Amino acid sequence: MSAQAATTPGRTSRTSRTLRGALRRREAAIALVLVLVVVGTALVQPSFLLSGGGWRDLLLTPAILAVLAVGQAMVVFTRNIDLSVGSVLGFTAYVTGSLFVAVPGIPVVAVTLAAVAVGALLGLVNGALVAFARVPSLVITLGTLYVYRGLVLTWAGSDRIDAGEMPRSFLALGTRQVLTVPVLTIVAAVVLAVAAYYMTTSRSGRQLYAIGSDPEAADVAGLPVRRRVLTVFVVSGALAGLAGVMFAARYGSVSSAAGTGLELQVVGAVVVGGVAIFGGSGTVAGAAIGAMLLVTINRALPVVGIPDFWQRAVVGVLILGAIILDRVLAVRRSRRLAETREAESSGAGADDVEHRGSA
Amino acid sequence: MAASSPTLRLEGVRKSFGPVVAVRDGRLVVDPGSIHALVGENGAGKSTLVKIVAGMYRRDAGELALAGEPVDFRSTAQSRAAGVAVIYQEPTLFGDLTVAENIYLGREPLRPGRRIDRAAMRREAARIFERLGVALDPDRRAEGLSIADQQIVEIAKAISIDARLLVMDEPTAALSGVEVDRLFAVARALRDGGCAVVFISHRFDEVFALCDTVTVMRDGAWVSTDPVDAVGVDELVARMVGRDVEAMYPHPGSAPGEAALEVDGLTRTGVFHDVSFEVRSGEIVGLAGLVGAGRSEIARAVFGVDRYDAGSVRVGGRRLRPGDPRAAVAAGLALVPEDRRSQGLVTSSSVARNVTSVVRQRLARFGLLPPGREDEVAGRWATRLEVRTSALDMPAATMSGGNQQKVVLAKWLATEPRVLVVDEPTRGIDVGTKAEVHRLLAELAASGLAVLVISSELHEVLGLADRVLVVCEGRITARLDRSEATAERVMHAATHRVPA
Repeated sequence: MSAQAATTPGRTSRTSRTLRGALRRREAAIALVLVLVVVGTALVQPSFLLSGGGWRDLLLTPAILAVLAVGQAMVVFTRNIDLSVGSVLGFTAYVTGSLFVAVPGIPVVAVTLAAVAVGALLGLVNGALVAFARVPSLVITLGTLYVYRGLVLTWAGSDRIDAGEMPRSFLALGTRQVLTVPVLTIVAAVVLAVAAYYMTTSRSGRQLYAIGSDPEAADVAGLPVRRRVLTVFVVSGALAGLAGVMFAARYGSVSSAAGTGLELQVVGAVVVGGVAIFGGSGTVAGAAIGAMLLVTINRALPVVGIPDFWQRAVVGVLILGAIILDRVLAVRRSRRLAETREAESSGAGADDVEHRGSA
Repeated sequence: MAASSPTLRLEGVRKSFGPVVAVRDGRLVVDPGSIHALVGENGAGKSTLVKIVAGMYRRDAGELALAGEPVDFRSTAQSRAAGVAVIYQEPTLFGDLTVAENIYLGREPLRPGRRIDRAAMRREAARIFERLGVALDPDRRAEGLSIADQQIVEIAKAISIDARLLVMDEPTAALSGVEVDRLFAVARALRDGGCAVVFISHRFDEVFALCDTVTVMRDGAWVSTDPVDAVGVDELVARMVGRDVEAMYPHPGSAPGEAALEVDGLTRTGVFHDVSFEVRSGEIVGLAGLVGAGRSEIARAVFGVDRYDAGSVRVGGRRLRPGDPRAAVAAGLALVPEDRRSQGLVTSSSVARNVTSVVRQRLARFGLLPPGREDEVAGRWATRLEVRTSALDMPAATMSGGNQQKVVLAKWLATEPRVLVVDEPTRGIDVGTKAEVHRLLAELAASGLAVLVISSELHEVLGLADRVLVVCEGRITARLDRSEATAERVMHAATHRVPA
């Protein structure tokens, strides 16, 4: 067993490994599909991409879903799911509007912080129930999905808060652009950048993957599983709160039905973005690109002239395709690993050589 | 005892789970620079003791000290911080993380700003592997590593925390000869570096080759601690089993009839080899051996749940189609599996439904189940086996372990089998019900059933069986009649040392 073999791969092939890794990554594949969709649609109708409005919509429309997807991805890494995000968004969007109505002249920053705090609180309830009551998060958040929506309905009734009741400076955020990039898109990009940085560089971020990869082993390893799970639900809630503010700014009117059904789109985006639904792998960037792809395809299909029925079917096919692809890849990987191991055990002590070959 | 305080000192440690006492009097003193063997039968309390040291369980009473300092671990993170590394029977790596990430999880080297320093992490991991003389890629995902390599990663983890105490719980059970040698070399290197090593194994040759001291446990209590040169295998075995066996088991001792189950040359590559035996009607045959010896696998293959590569199974003289459990049931074979919760019972269904689940086809008329038929059959068997339940429509989950086991038995007896295979019939059952299950099996045999009992509890096999077959590493290493089957002989054969 040569000691050198263990140290060399780290040095010689670092650049090529990074390059190969990037190409093989799911994010790259989805980004490629996204580019194809955009370019293909632009060929049919150039204004989809090349007009000022087309460019703006391309960047603006996915912003809210992308923020939600980033939060959802972090929950899914830990082998949990947060179905309440649509209701949290509705709740906090209504909080946003009501604050502007109730406190004339309140600064936008204060309203944003309040909405994020409310979202975090609702997330905390989810997290506490999941972490301490040990009930599957699917059930808990399905419950809070209805509870939170019920709260908004009771509170708002059939009232809606209209654009006229919110300050113009706030509503301008929904459409304003900086160097042609919409403000909401910048917000989403910042959220994504912070989350991605945290996931790749912090100890606790790596532990999220570990928890989702094998919850039992996480217990044995002494990881603070409850605290981490609680935290991801708080983060998901807080981001849903932020998305609520973005929603109010973008659409200018908030009813009690805001964000209904959004949770399924978010989960779809996360899955399409290559996040394993059983936890342990994927990236927040993938989830955000997945969100952008879903939204963009939805906008592109009518442009290309595909009938309504098929528009929905295409999104479904995309989600199914992503899941099937995951399964196929996983099965292929485990089969290859099993073969490698067989080869190892038959060639006595030849395990070192085989690892090189498969790496 | 050495002048410096021992690395690990356990004294009078006690741990119970509900009414079950797992460890009564745990004692273990391990000096630095020593490899200490901990031996005992299955269920002697070794693994519980290990988990107490690891911080997974908290002891109910007794002392635990590391290097002379009393400690009280509330989590595995605390014990690790104190320099304790444990390698469990099943390695617990995260498949989605890389090898290096697994080693340093939660303790990753950091750069300014509390960012993980991946380059340093990879470098350190590579350095440890170099020291261990193995070529593992630190960037490889842990998923799909062989057991041997997973253990190497666990050992690398131990080295990375500068462990002063390394506990290995049956690390060699799944390793090949070369891999065992590699593991031993690593353990010796750690010992020479001043680390204290605890080594749990059922293989005495390994204990004698590797360790300098040996502690024996029996029934959750300390029995003895000696230098390995001062004791022989025979003494160790005697200390491990030494107990009165006869009392608990009534034995009718009927005359066996003709062969009901004949197994000939059964082989499944890598699992068991050339297994041949027969069970005659009216006879109880015990299949003894250590956990992981391949006993349950043999039973599953006989029943047709798993396929086999060579050999044949005959029930009542007729050859069974391999891999066809339905055919096995039709031929009169019944298997009561080891894990009754996941394999034998639908715990959320009623007792009656559980009992009739295999025979429902037979009870049906024109594809429909006549009302009352289910309860009638279930009631008959429940009475016969004395299943204690307030009502037959109660979910099986509400019953005690012993009564659940009786329900599983009833379910298979309702098929009116010729051959009954029971795997660990009394695991997790209290002593009183245990005796009842034993009496039941003896009665069933007396009434002409052929019974094959698989059990890790030595005295259960010895008490129940007319003949004992000992399985070691997938082969039958001894066939003993009731008169010649002693705990010592079975233990010898089960640990691959056939007595002269």
